[in-house]
Amino acid sequence: MDSSLKLQILNLLEENSRLSHEDIASMLGVDPAEVTRWIKEMEQDKIILRYSTVINWDKVDTHKVTAVIDVKVTPQREVGFDAIAERIYRFPEVKSVSLMSGAYDLQVVIEGMHLKEVANFVAEKLSTIEHVNSTTTHFLLKTYKSNGVIFDDHEDDQRLVITP
Amino acid sequence: MKSLYDRLSPVVRDIPPSGIRRFFDLANQMEDVISLGVGEPDFVTPWHVREACFYSLERGYTTYTSNKGLPELREAIADYLCSFQLAYDPEELVVTVGGSEAIDLAMRTLLCPGDEVLIPEPAYVSYNPCTTLAGGVPVGVPTFAEDEFRLTPENLRKRITPRSKVLILCYPSNPTGAVMSKADLQAIADVVLEHDLFVISDEIYAELTYDGHHASIASLPGMKERTVLISGMSKAFAMTGWRIGYAAAPPEILNLMLKIHQYTILCAPIMGQKAALEALRHGHAEKDKMIDRYNQRRRMIVKGFREIGLACHEPKGAFYAFPDIRSTGLSSEEFAERLLHHSRVAVVPGNVFGQGGEGFVRCSYATSIEQIQKAIERIGNFVRSLGGIK
Repeated sequence: MDSSLKLQILNLLEENSRLSHEDIASMLGVDPAEVTRWIKEMEQDKIILRYSTVINWDKVDTHKVTAVIDVKVTPQREVGFDAIAERIYRFPEVKSVSLMSGAYDLQVVIEGMHLKEVANFVAEKLSTIEHVNSTTTHFLLKTYKSNGVIFDDHEDDQRLVITP
Repeated sequence: MKSLYDRLSPVVRDIPPSGIRRFFDLANQMEDVISLGVGEPDFVTPWHVREACFYSLERGYTTYTSNKGLPELREAIADYLCSFQLAYDPEELVVTVGGSEAIDLAMRTLLCPGDEVLIPEPAYVSYNPCTTLAGGVPVGVPTFAEDEFRLTPENLRKRITPRSKVLILCYPSNPTGAVMSKADLQAIADVVLEHDLFVISDEIYAELTYDGHHASIASLPGMKERTVLISGMSKAFAMTGWRIGYAAAPPEILNLMLKIHQYTILCAPIMGQKAALEALRHGHAEKDKMIDRYNQRRRMIVKGFREIGLACHEPKGAFYAFPDIRSTGLSSEEFAERLLHHSRVAVVPGNVFGQGGEGFVRCSYATSIEQIQKAIERIGNFVRSLGGIK
């Protein structure tokens, strides 16, 4: 019961982090104090890391550039990929780092204000790290869907206002 | 000489137009209306189902199917019905154009002129006119908020006459959200057997049962032989526009229903049938997600009504709340109309669902949590503007 309630709370928050504890409690038919207790516990356990917003940056005039970089590295004795991954994810411009199976080892997503900034990061910071063997940079041109949200304006309710 | 109108069918002329028509026109002309008046899911049909339909079109599936429907679809429906403890052979099934066609087929097959049809009210708006169109006489059986709008054997017995032939059941109920437990249904089945009635059991909302599992009257001893079970894809799988329903009945009844179907409709559209097959084969995870959402909204809306001072029984199925508005001193129609003008929230007046619906309004929670919250806030303001609860 508890783990199912935790999951339900997480699902609701992932979809809308602005829901109040009272709203979550009404939706799940439980006591608000219980919801508050679980959320606090999950924050302490680092299950809930942050409450964030999905933004369609394409609609905002920011000229941000996002690049997805495939990185091949040589794993190190004892620490494997972890130490090099840490060296990379510490850079503030790095949005995410994931260990991948397949053609390359680490997928690094970085965000810069312009192309040159991304190019400098790859050339001067990423490629020069010891054990980084190669990088392939892809620029992200347009986002259609992110975090389960479709970036489309045509989601109107098509139904009649009243039906039997 | 008679006017054109006077020469038309008196049966059809005498059927009153839908009680919500005027209301519908009003609501449609207004801007910024939050609608709780909609009797269909707010989800779009799951993508994989739509995609399966495209694929079937690409493959050139654009033909008639057998009158009964695609054999593989009927097999899938028969398998699906097993989950409700219902054992039907695919040959005992006909795929129809929505559950609505199945209701019409059942009525026309079961009724002789003058036969009475027992309709627990408040009831879905089609049962009365469909009875009349089939030559029958609708007889309302009241159900009450105190019984959570469940049909009781006592109230049913009171309306049975020697002409009673068919009992319609619609549980989970549109408009009240009531459900019947297996024990409730057994008590009704005893009366049905005693009086040798047929049952048309409209179970279109079966999946939307929130506490426990849906029970079908056809699963009780002696009932399958006298029941036409009706369901479809519309509500559970968010497929209202596809118009795919089905009826399950003993061969004697089904074969006659099939005659009407083949001479009027011929068969349900193949595209819809292909989509329905995909939904039944692979759509259960998406369906369960949608049901979870409805359940969350259900709790929210009931709590909301109670907090603003409107009594509301807990609907245990479908996606409607049926709050009691008698405490405001307004009739259902006055309440709905003034609410629309004052606060721009559309609800359906309970009286359009017949006896026992007066004093209530039907509110669909097949809409987002945000809309439900806004609607409750607006309804609260409206109730306060009346000087509160009288």
